[in-house]
Amino acid sequence: MALDKAFTEIPGTTVFDAEQSRKGYWLNQFCMSLMKAENRARFKADERLYLDEWKMSEEQKQAVLARDLNRCIELGGNIYFLAKIGATDGKSFQQMAGSMTGMTEHEYRDMMIKGGRKIEGNRRIGEDGDAQRPRKDA
Amino acid sequence: MARITASLYTSHIPAVGAAFDLGKTREDYWKPVFAGYDFDKQWMKTHKPDVIVAVYNDHATAFSLAMIPTFAIMTGPEFNPADEGYGARPVPTVMGDPELASHIASDVIQQDFDLTMVNEIDVDHGLTVPLSCVFGEVKAWPCRIIPFAVNVVQHPVPSGARCLALGRAIGRAIMSYPEDINVHIWGTGGMSHQLQGPRAGLINKEWDNKFLDRLIDDPEGLSKTPNIEYVREAGSESIELVMWLVARGAMADVVAGGAKPKVAHRFYHVPASNTAVGHLILENAS
Repeated sequence: MALDKAFTEIPGTTVFDAEQSRKGYWLNQFCMSLMKAENRARFKADERLYLDEWKMSEEQKQAVLARDLNRCIELGGNIYFLAKIGATDGKSFQQMAGSMTGMTEHEYRDMMIKGGRKIEGNRRIGEDGDAQRPRKDA
Repeated sequence: MARITASLYTSHIPAVGAAFDLGKTREDYWKPVFAGYDFDKQWMKTHKPDVIVAVYNDHATAFSLAMIPTFAIMTGPEFNPADEGYGARPVPTVMGDPELASHIASDVIQQDFDLTMVNEIDVDHGLTVPLSCVFGEVKAWPCRIIPFAVNVVQHPVPSGARCLALGRAIGRAIMSYPEDINVHIWGTGGMSHQLQGPRAGLINKEWDNKFLDRLIDDPEGLSKTPNIEYVREAGSESIELVMWLVARGAMADVVAGGAKPKVAHRFYHVPASNTAVGHLILENAS
């Protein structure tokens, strides 16, 4: 049974389901490999060479090289896996999450201190909230 | 016989673990977060459990996409803190309770929940951050701990209703254990947070607080909330909150029509990193 269609109608959000998981299998498993220090070192020494060892699509490799997490997610990545790239780069979860919003690190941190992003206008695609635009432009 | 005397609910934010490990708990940003757990240190002096069944999720640490168990109970004797890419947290090894865990597994499987049994696994921040928040800095955790993992990473994840029913089954299993021990059950994760995409940073205080109200007063009704509502209203990663319903399901009123639990402690704070921190302690009537 497929997931409720409503899961695809939330702005700025990709639900990681079986289809995304299949699409992103090797992208995510590559990320898992970065939990070993020796693999992190090899990846940092020559990212392209390391990525070529994995059965990932060229688009996925480019998205990783560009650290474009939104694109990685679109191509089947899941944030808990992609976080291993961030850890390799010495980034916090807040820096990673913020990088997907189009805000600067400072703006994002500030928004969180002020209580976070509002739900109003961000429940469904087509409303007028601040999480709508990047998704519609994509 | 074994008794379940309390349930405890808390977020398990990795940045809270990092703040703890790096000695930042007294910084202005973190002080109000850790203050929410001051109560626990006193309360534990008079309510110390022999065993905690701690419901948490693995965050692509021990379970990759190679295997994705929906419900997994850890029946091994000990579990090390995992290296999640930043080095392992400098916290004590988690000592399990293989006998009680095997009893729970055997009983719950015979109540038609098809659990996966895990004997060797490293445990990530989902489990160790709650322990640090509640017990503070210790040389050894003060009791045995049975980790219980729920898949909340790849959808479909189990429904709230299924989680509440699982909690009820775990509650029955614990109450049929012949040893006279004091057991707590913990639900971890949440509350509002979204870590991905242009909607990252979403916080819905009103929804979170209504969740806390209903978790206390109307767990059956709350358990019927469809998974889409968590994701839409409180962010994609808030779906972790279904794990709180496992712990709630093991309390006396849900298991056996007993008295409503007493609210010993309730705390809510925004933000910790990307997330709303929620924390609740419920006691069964003795």
